[in-house]
Amino acid sequence: MRNPRASWRALLVQAVLVLALATLAYLAAANAAQKLARQGIVAGFGFLDRAAGFDIGQSLIPYAAATATYRDAFLVGLLNTLLVSGLAIVLSTVLGFAIGIARRSGNLLARAFAAAYVEGFRNLPLLLQLLVWYVAVRVALPPSSDPAQWGAGAYLSQRGLFLPRPEFSGFAALVPLAVVAGIGATGLLIRASRRAVALGQKPVPVLWPGALLVLGLPALTAAALALAGDPVPVAWPARGPYDIEGGLALRPEFAALLIGLSTYSAAFIAEIVRSGLDSVASGQREAAAALSLSRGQVLRLVVLPQAMRVIVPPLTSQYLNTTKNSSLAVLIGYPDLVHVFMGTVLNQTNQAVEVVALTMAVYLTLSLATALVMNRYNARAAGTRR
Amino acid sequence: MRSETEGYVRKTLIPPAPPPRRLGGPLAWARTNLFANWADGVVTVAILAALAWLVPLALRFLVLDAVWTGTSGEACRPEVVGRPVGACWAFIGEKINYLAYGSYPAAERWRPNLFFALLAFGAAWMLWLGAPKRAWGAAYLFLVFPVLAYALLAGMPALGLAAVATGLWGGLLVTVVVSMVGIVASLPLGILLALGRRSDWPVVRYACIGFIEFWRGVPLITVLFMANVMLPLFLPGDVTVDRLVRPLVGIALFASAYMAEVVRGGLQAIPPGQMQAALALGLTKTQALRAVVLPQALKIVVPGIVNTLIGLFKDTTLVSIVGIADFIRVLEAARADPRWSAPAVPATAYAFAALFYFGVCFSMARYAGFIERRLAAGEAR
Repeated sequence: MRNPRASWRALLVQAVLVLALATLAYLAAANAAQKLARQGIVAGFGFLDRAAGFDIGQSLIPYAAATATYRDAFLVGLLNTLLVSGLAIVLSTVLGFAIGIARRSGNLLARAFAAAYVEGFRNLPLLLQLLVWYVAVRVALPPSSDPAQWGAGAYLSQRGLFLPRPEFSGFAALVPLAVVAGIGATGLLIRASRRAVALGQKPVPVLWPGALLVLGLPALTAAALALAGDPVPVAWPARGPYDIEGGLALRPEFAALLIGLSTYSAAFIAEIVRSGLDSVASGQREAAAALSLSRGQVLRLVVLPQAMRVIVPPLTSQYLNTTKNSSLAVLIGYPDLVHVFMGTVLNQTNQAVEVVALTMAVYLTLSLATALVMNRYNARAAGTRR
Repeated sequence: MRSETEGYVRKTLIPPAPPPRRLGGPLAWARTNLFANWADGVVTVAILAALAWLVPLALRFLVLDAVWTGTSGEACRPEVVGRPVGACWAFIGEKINYLAYGSYPAAERWRPNLFFALLAFGAAWMLWLGAPKRAWGAAYLFLVFPVLAYALLAGMPALGLAAVATGLWGGLLVTVVVSMVGIVASLPLGILLALGRRSDWPVVRYACIGFIEFWRGVPLITVLFMANVMLPLFLPGDVTVDRLVRPLVGIALFASAYMAEVVRGGLQAIPPGQMQAALALGLTKTQALRAVVLPQALKIVVPGIVNTLIGLFKDTTLVSIVGIADFIRVLEAARADPRWSAPAVPATAYAFAALFYFGVCFSMARYAGFIERRLAAGEAR
């Protein structure tokens, strides 16, 4: 039974809290509105349609300073953030699993090396690591006056790696669609394989047919388009008077950020993997060894599948951290979302409230989406616990 | 009698197997630990080769070829010295005061020194588990010390301490100040938020969840940018915020959200019976929290708190991006000094920074591990 006096007090305290928060928000908004009006800034997202007029070093979509709007700049930044975080997530997962497993290997040197790696990378600020990688990458590359060249259309210099860029417009858009179709078909294969295992039949092979579908379908589509007399247009990089022009440019900033982020996150993933491996009861390992499975088989068939249940939740939050950490790009000048939008666009337009809100909304959306997926996974994992 | 097993029961003895060749000695040890199979052998050889290349390289750079004395970059140029040059420690030696205090007036440097000493005293009081009156230590570190530190560093003309503008602070001093403010603000705020998140009152609960998840969902660098441009906007009239205070506010809010999640983990680990027993003894809910639940919860989250502090200490480097002269920023400024332009200077600067941050973070991590093992030993009894 609830105490009526207590519930009155609860209501009162909460009402006061709501009122206080609302007053605070109102005062802040009123002050901001007044100051913005004094600076002659029009509130709202109308500024996104204005011409940007600045260039961006690396862009996945065609972007020209002369015609682009702030909306284009936002998209370029967002795509660059997603590109570098996506690649860093893949690389750091591979490296992190290798090092995490090495920490529990039978080889003494491998264990010691993995421990040193984890302690070294975890205990240094990412910002410092990025500075070091940036200097190291630039020292290692050939000077821009004398770039290295492979074949007709790939150059490498201190200004970056230049590759031919296919233009997927018109009929050529079928190629990316084929990639999506390949991924979908692989998903169906995985389901069929799971069903076969559940029914006690031999699993359907997934790895090679899947790789063939994801890579082969778009290649086939591109070949078919070429045979039909409408090949995918390609923008080739070429040596200009000062620099290499055209094509797809991957800058040293990108390389430094990618290496730095991947190696840093890998240290954290290694710790997650290690705690996952430790969570599997040693009886499992011993029973599998008694059934004469080799060390690799024990790991692959018995320990890792059980460890994954412990590994996946912290792993996803580490992936989110990687995405958020990619915002350190601003330090070495890689044009990610924060650099392009919170840096250049904010300085040019002074639309502080809108720019900050939009940038934070992007990261919050990513976080919320991940949290939702994670909750569903946890519910499923809890349901299948044996 | 025929049994069903007869078909596969062995009828003759297996000849005895020879004894294992070696079970002890260094060779057998190397076989099991380094060359258990061919893949292990390849890994071992690869790591040994990497060490054979890396260790002499690092040793030569850091010690053997290093330049220890000199007054300008000339001393660290290989063509001037006439031998290969490693780290230019002479550069660090000359800039050490700048790295420690930034542009803090030379005559007043005893004040940051006293600040560091007071901080070390408070930290030792809190971290040494056998210290007397640790509750007083907490009161000192969280209430007395911040006031003292402010008076000491910013100055207090009434006491005869000349005012020193925060724009002059720099280097290690700023890094420590930013971390300290983060810790001192985030621990109490984090505890309040964690309690609020478990409150029965929906408004309090959702306000706390919203606050925590917001700060945890965005990168720190966007928080710092926001504090830089939006804090002045939100405040009334002509109130200006010190350039150093803006990122401090951002860091404090950001860190308290992470601290709240650590403390919440501790609160969840305390069995509900503790609270129920305390209430049954006639304690009010506040008393039960303060005297029964929180002390137990905070004790088990000490390792988590220290790990959050390590993250916070590493994250303070981000204030250099919004123009605060922290350790990294003064280091970058120092290495751009034309008088000290030498090829080895950037690498020296980064090596020094790496040694500094690694020393601090690694020892904190060791401390957290020590506490964790102690707690585990207590649980096992």
